[in-house]
Amino acid sequence: MAAVLQAAALLMGSQTDIKKFRLRSALRSAPVRREGFFIVRTDGRLSATSGVMPRRAKLIPNAVAVKADTTASSAASKPGHELLLFEALREGLEEEMERDPRVCVMGEDVGHYGGSYKVTKGFATKFGDLRVLDTPIAENSFTGMGIGAAMTGLRPVIEGMNMGFLLLAFNQISNNCGMLHYTSGGQFTIPVVIRGPGGVGRQLGAEHSQRLESYFQSIPGLQMVACSTPYNAKGLMKAAIRSENPVVLFEHVLLYNLKERIPDEDYVLCLEEAEMVRPGEHVTILTYSRMRYHVMQAAKTLINKGYDPEVIDIRSLKPFDLYTIGNSIKKTHRVLIVEECMRTGGIGASLRSAIIDNFWDYLDAPIMCLSSQDVPTPYAGTLEEWTVVQPAQIVAAVEQLCK
Amino acid sequence: MAALRRLSSPSIPPLRRIVSRSFSSASDDDQSVLTIETSVPFTGHKIDPPSRSVETTPKELLTFFRDMSLMRRMEIAADSLYKAKLIRGFCHLYDGQEAVSIGMEAAITKRDAIITAYRDHCIFLGRGGTLLEAFAELMGRRAGCSKGKGGSMHFYRKETHFYGGHGIVGAQVPLGCGIAFGQKYCKDETVTFTMYGDGAANQGQLFEALNMSALWDLPVILVCENNHYGMGTAEWRAAKSPAYYKRGDYVPGLKVDGMDVLAVKQACKFAKEHVLKNGPMILEMDTYRYHGHSMSDPGSTYRTRDEISGVRQERDPIERVRKLILSHELSTASELKDIEKEVRKEVDDAIAQAKETPMPDPSELFTNVYVKGLGVEAFGADRKELKSVLP
Repeated sequence: MAAVLQAAALLMGSQTDIKKFRLRSALRSAPVRREGFFIVRTDGRLSATSGVMPRRAKLIPNAVAVKADTTASSAASKPGHELLLFEALREGLEEEMERDPRVCVMGEDVGHYGGSYKVTKGFATKFGDLRVLDTPIAENSFTGMGIGAAMTGLRPVIEGMNMGFLLLAFNQISNNCGMLHYTSGGQFTIPVVIRGPGGVGRQLGAEHSQRLESYFQSIPGLQMVACSTPYNAKGLMKAAIRSENPVVLFEHVLLYNLKERIPDEDYVLCLEEAEMVRPGEHVTILTYSRMRYHVMQAAKTLINKGYDPEVIDIRSLKPFDLYTIGNSIKKTHRVLIVEECMRTGGIGASLRSAIIDNFWDYLDAPIMCLSSQDVPTPYAGTLEEWTVVQPAQIVAAVEQLCK
Repeated sequence: MAALRRLSSPSIPPLRRIVSRSFSSASDDDQSVLTIETSVPFTGHKIDPPSRSVETTPKELLTFFRDMSLMRRMEIAADSLYKAKLIRGFCHLYDGQEAVSIGMEAAITKRDAIITAYRDHCIFLGRGGTLLEAFAELMGRRAGCSKGKGGSMHFYRKETHFYGGHGIVGAQVPLGCGIAFGQKYCKDETVTFTMYGDGAANQGQLFEALNMSALWDLPVILVCENNHYGMGTAEWRAAKSPAYYKRGDYVPGLKVDGMDVLAVKQACKFAKEHVLKNGPMILEMDTYRYHGHSMSDPGSTYRTRDEISGVRQERDPIERVRKLILSHELSTASELKDIEKEVRKEVDDAIAQAKETPMPDPSELFTNVYVKGLGVEAFGADRKELKSVLP
């Protein structure tokens, strides 16, 4: 509670920042604890209500953005409704299934069970067994089937019960999903969405706590996005379904119960766009998925220490939004990458090389990259905690960078 | 080697006369219907096999002869082009197996789908692809069916529902079941022929896909082209039970003489009707490839030359149709020779044409990696400019 008050005080304290500042993170270590969250709209209100707008089919790109001059502020000031991240995914998926009869879901326990994380709850009765297909435990083949169905023009959403299980389907994802459009000289498109929970959870053991972004990132033809808030989860889900490209949507197992108020009207986010979480001047912190909350937690400490970090949720893991990233670097000249991916060959490594290639001249300090450790995720709680980046490390890294 | 010979030889049936025993009319009128009995009976697994009497017409037989000769000629030409280093990389030839493609096409429409593995040149041709597209693709030219980006193993033809050549052994089978899922989903009343070899028959994903197809009664026909060698490993050395048509267990299967175009046609017609009503089925086509597995395989280390020449003499699909045509006096030997000359010229012309076509433009390197999705073009985080076309 103290943290909440502090943040509120901070918001009130600097009026100029209120327009930009959109603090959504839990200001303590457990981002899934609901009471740790509160939503501040871009106009500063905690829960805005000003008349009910009917849902309109309107594309609002970047509606989560913080700048007042975009369509964002108008969208964000709408009354909206509050829901959890998995409900946001569900809502996005449901809207797309209602909109387009070609959209179907396949995966283990997505139908009668309702999805292992309840993302497809109630779909089987609403859309029928064919559109919400309960598959046997055969990841390789049902992923292949989804790709085959996509070749005929369907738009399957393939749910991996856990990202780790998708390793069984790696051949299909790589050879068929990623490359078919190219090898067929553009004849076939594979508009599938492959989604599922990944990341380090709460003591789930090595095989269920995988950080697989790095595995998928070198597959040509595949797009990857990671959602981190209910708002962007819904928007990215819808965008991924509408995309003609195969998209891997990374969800984090610990973020499913995040609560946020999202707009009532229809919106679709841009798959290739990063999200400005907190504008700042001193250092650019690039992060995604769950680490966004660790960064925001660290940011609070840093602000108290007089630093002004710029936090960007890169969201698009492939391709990188180098426009947003580059603009930020041109402003701050210092970069810290915070990710949960593996240290070796991870997203951070790719991001770092992309920054060096493109923005070397703007850097005043070496790029720092905090990744999780190159170990199988241990079971023991303490060991697991040391595997992923903790807020204190982020604070220390920023202090070192800005020395 | 003796063991191999002993064990593999029973798969080659003794010479049988393929001359028909009965036919309704002996005139060479194109409208007349010939009824010809297949030389080997079908063997069914959990299903009553179709009749051995196949109806055909003189016109159809002559088309079979011409199309198979064209395929044979194309593959022989590809072999020479490979040796002349105009075709590089991997190249798997279909000569010997032509009857499977031709018989299948005779039984189905172009709305039905076909997906196969990497031995795909002739399937592509059967689906209506042109020689020029095929040769241009083999030579990596812009005019190729996949714009020179696919190569030998990646031929596709979307408009006639040819879902391609696929390079990973067995990985096309789940795709085929997915295509069938799409057909069922859209209530198309069409079927998918998913082809794989005896080598791929041992892939786990085949059984996974089969289970799902049977579970949901997908209109898919799994066509096992059993050419008896998975690369250089004889079938009995890789499969405990090389009776591939039985390996679906709960899925009905049919063993077909894949060297007899009429038998293939009969089986595919039968299978299409069956799967539309009852869900998947396996067709095992007993066939043979004359070439090695790919161009780097002389094809003679794991099998004897006698075995190959024996099949050529006794079971060749083209010779079989030739004999049939001659014995029914539908055409003369010299007319058939003329057809072969025509075909040869057609192939040579296509090659000459393909050689003239340009290589892909360097800019093509980056096209078709991604489709530009959503029609949204956004520019940076404070994008003021936005074009959107909602689908």
